[in-house]
Amino acid sequence: MAEISDLFWAIPTGLRLTIEIVFTVLVLLGCFAYVTYAERKVLGAIQLRQGPITVGPFGLLQPIADGLKLLSKETIIPAGANRVLFVLAPMVMLTLALISWAVIPFSANAVFANINVGVLYLFAVSSLGVYGVIMAGWSSNSKYSFLGAMRSAAQMVSYEVSMGLVIVTQLLIVGSLNLTEIVEHRSPVWLWILQLPMLVIFFISALAETNRAPFDLPEGESELVGGFNTEYSSMTFALFFIAEYLNMILMSAITAVLFLGGYLPPFGLMIAPLTWIPGILWFALKVAFLLFVFIWVRGTVPRYRYDQLMRLGWKIFLPFSLIWVLVIAGTLMATGMLPVRS
Amino acid sequence: MATNSLATTVRGFFLVELVRGFAMTLRYMFRPRATINYPFEKGPISPRFRGEHALRRYANGEERCIACKLCEAVCPAQAITIEAEPREDGSRRTTRYDIDMTKCIYCGLCQEACPVDAIVEGPNFEFAVETREELYYDKAKLLANGDRWEAALAHNLAADAPYR
Repeated sequence: MAEISDLFWAIPTGLRLTIEIVFTVLVLLGCFAYVTYAERKVLGAIQLRQGPITVGPFGLLQPIADGLKLLSKETIIPAGANRVLFVLAPMVMLTLALISWAVIPFSANAVFANINVGVLYLFAVSSLGVYGVIMAGWSSNSKYSFLGAMRSAAQMVSYEVSMGLVIVTQLLIVGSLNLTEIVEHRSPVWLWILQLPMLVIFFISALAETNRAPFDLPEGESELVGGFNTEYSSMTFALFFIAEYLNMILMSAITAVLFLGGYLPPFGLMIAPLTWIPGILWFALKVAFLLFVFIWVRGTVPRYRYDQLMRLGWKIFLPFSLIWVLVIAGTLMATGMLPVRS
Repeated sequence: MATNSLATTVRGFFLVELVRGFAMTLRYMFRPRATINYPFEKGPISPRFRGEHALRRYANGEERCIACKLCEAVCPAQAITIEAEPREDGSRRTTRYDIDMTKCIYCGLCQEACPVDAIVEGPNFEFAVETREELYYDKAKLLANGDRWEAALAHNLAADAPYR
């Protein structure tokens, strides 16, 4: 065992990192495939249906069949489209969905870039996601795509505001932008309870940020033409699809890291049987739970109207999170728990 | 009124309705599935089910139809065509009994009209074919259907008899 790990560390750093990155990306794509499967199964169960059962045992090979289907289709580029941007947009989306994972701590030491502005990096990257959407909508040269892109962009930008404020509260408590430090930070139970509404707001904003139900207006498959990806087909569509689900997994991971203690056992229970389980497993379990909630929400809540969506974002979440930043900051000041950096 | 709106606000703030909805979907998740896995599993069918037509025979092999043409007369879609003449032994029989299954509306009036329970609609609903011509049923096809489904047809007629 020791020899194998020695051998691994003996590989030149560049090559080792490449291997690690390729491995992580492959694992993430596998996760994507089985999140789509889990989504269909869970939605099916909620609606008393069975979900996929035909391809492979319990339909477990369904994602592979879907992938092969998409690969074998023709990529159609509309005559009026801006070809370069049209092809570039899905690549941008997928790349942005993947590079955020560089700063996510999978376990205590397993993080690609343990930078001290991890949260800022995550936010920068997720804000860039809007460009992919706008590029896709504009380059398609179709009114449906364009309108879909505008809606998507407006929605993503609106919810990023309250999301930022939610993160500010967490940063006030921890006093660091480094994700590993955020995970390792222990705050008293009452502070955790004080943070609970922020967790709810963050998660709901994450739903809006990833264009998921009940905020899936950009797609709105049952009422609209299809949103910013109307004109996309085959692999270009698949890239958007992968990006959407990877963003979902990423948002679950960020929620787990910021609020649920990442790779540590749940509720900060550092007691014997729970600490034996490796950190990466706790992390995976927490992400899986949050992904289940993503799907559960889709199976429960009907779609918002667009004005309701904007009202929730600007008139409820924004003022509430602003007030809560004050409340938390005030409480921290009063109890003298405000972290001071020297 | 004031207390009412206060209660509503509190309920809204703590997302009571949402939590209730989530509890409900979670409960439903663990309920048994309502899906019937169709080609392998089939739902129950009433004895009155009106499916594919069949011409029945008596136990001795004699065909029941006496060419009274009541079914042809009653058929609202005019899907039935009958021609008849006396057989060598003098009994009145059909020489032609066609049903155009593309016209048929499966109303069951033909089997209601039949005085000898010759034309019946059986329990078979899986007779899809690839060409229209195959849906122009002739007497041989209908009699073959009758032979094939006789057990089920007799059982269904007996089961439904008390209500007729």
